[in-house]
Amino acid sequence: MEELLEILEELKPGVDFKNNQHLIDDGVLESLEIISLASEINDEFDVELSVADIMPENFNSVDAIWALIQKLQAEE
Amino acid sequence: MKNVLEYLEQADRSFPSKEAFSDENNSVTYAQVVQGAKAIGTTLAQLNTRNKPIAVYIDKSVESLIGFFGVVYSGNFYVVVDTKMPKDRVNTIFNTLSPVAILTDHAHLESAKELNFSGKTFLYEDAVAAAVDDDKLTAIRRRAIDTDPLYALFTSGSTGVPKGAVVSHGNAMAYADWVTEAFDINEDTVFGNQTPFYFSMSVLDVYSTIKNGATLHIIPKSCFSFPIKLLEYVNNKNINTIYWVPSALCIVANWKALDYVQVPKLKKVLFAGEVMPTKQLNMLVEKMDDDVMFANLYGPTEVTDICTYYILNRKIANDESLPIGNACNNCDVMVVKEDNTEAAVGEEGELCVRGSIVAMGYYNNPEKTQSAFVQNPLNTCYPETVYKTGDIVKYNQLGELIYVSRKDFQIKHMGYRIELGEIETAVSAVDRIKASACIYDGEKEKIVLIYTGEGLDNKYIMDILKEKLPNYMCPNKMIKLDKMPYNANGKVDRVWLKNNYRTLKSL
Repeated sequence: MEELLEILEELKPGVDFKNNQHLIDDGVLESLEIISLASEINDEFDVELSVADIMPENFNSVDAIWALIQKLQAEE
Repeated sequence: MKNVLEYLEQADRSFPSKEAFSDENNSVTYAQVVQGAKAIGTTLAQLNTRNKPIAVYIDKSVESLIGFFGVVYSGNFYVVVDTKMPKDRVNTIFNTLSPVAILTDHAHLESAKELNFSGKTFLYEDAVAAAVDDDKLTAIRRRAIDTDPLYALFTSGSTGVPKGAVVSHGNAMAYADWVTEAFDINEDTVFGNQTPFYFSMSVLDVYSTIKNGATLHIIPKSCFSFPIKLLEYVNNKNINTIYWVPSALCIVANWKALDYVQVPKLKKVLFAGEVMPTKQLNMLVEKMDDDVMFANLYGPTEVTDICTYYILNRKIANDESLPIGNACNNCDVMVVKEDNTEAAVGEEGELCVRGSIVAMGYYNNPEKTQSAFVQNPLNTCYPETVYKTGDIVKYNQLGELIYVSRKDFQIKHMGYRIELGEIETAVSAVDRIKASACIYDGEKEKIVLIYTGEGLDNKYIMDILKEKLPNYMCPNKMIKLDKMPYNANGKVDRVWLKNNYRTLKSL
């Protein structure tokens, strides 16, 4: 989880990622940032996020993103 | 023709009930666009001003488009102001622009009131419902000429003050002529618009649409986060032509979205704004039908939008750079060396542009205008203005232009032209900052800020920057140092920083 927060902080410094539950709905993460986040997750966590996983509900909070990563890691 | 409104009126006569524009909430016909724009034009004509700037402060939507044409009906020119832009930056633009009025809607009235502006504010909802005064609008049109300004578009400036390129009706019409001919735009064209209206690329979508009675769908921004939704939107709207920044196309390519959703109706894929990576282009070419046209367009805001283009006609290797091609019809480009002579094939030089698409200059900024809009260095016999792009290019052996680099500290990031100096200016203004430097890592597509100063942290700086800079200009990585590295001339050593920033530990 810390690693994920680090990636997010690097992607967009100065945002309170821990507590925001509406990263997509509030427009905190912009379109191209979500995409570069998805690529970094693939690299850093050695998972294979596919385009079908890139849906709004999976990216609205750190918890949702983390749950997605864990799901993918379990499938490996 | 002398005025872009003739395009709209022609389309209204030929296809009154055809869908002109849509967004995720609304759709309008040509008849509705003309009616709404005339009503707004009548309302704004109360100002009794001519060729003056009117700021349109409305989210990207069908309404904003009607608002632009409303401003034009009033005999003035429009300036698109991004509603998400920090107030400080809007105020900086207003210092240069001094708009005579703001056109906004209920949703943005409160934030419009906070802007540093003393002119009149008009509400879209009221203006669009007003009675049309045809006599007044006819009188305004009678006096119009094709060198009157149509809009001013602000781009990043190195001293921290954005520059507003003024584009005339004649410029936009010359451009729409070329677009129509080069890409066979006609009444059956259905555009899927991606670029914001404060970005010059949108001029292609909007003006070639109204010139040809075509249809333009504004694709919701959120689609560009979610590739499958994006392609489904393209299909649902029967979109056959797109003109997007490469970053948007790369999303589709990199995530192999075409493996999940096919887009058989999409036949023209145009792109500009930044370098299109060849690998991703080839991925798209492979997945799409053989009859799809791919074209790489190149040009700055100061030449309306585009001055050279390359229609993909051969296989480009993944490690080869995609040409920017040759000059558009009715436009000429020259590669000029430092000694003001023309470069030979293979030699590098600055790209200069002449022709009817070259903009009028920068609004209320004679100094910047005179340094970029200059006498043609290859013609000493009569007055002729060319625009110096600041881009270094060269011709390859096939006679195609290849983009090499920028002359100055300007960068392209996510399709936006950004002066690193403007970011540094904003950072320097943060209290307790001692020194700062901004560099761009083009490979990782990151804006990196390196700074020194006591009692500061990343969050503190970022909170202030967010008030001053648009999102796309905020640093993606920040490094705090004890001491800045300086070169022999006593300047911050940006070259060293660029090569070594990854090894630096932030305090």
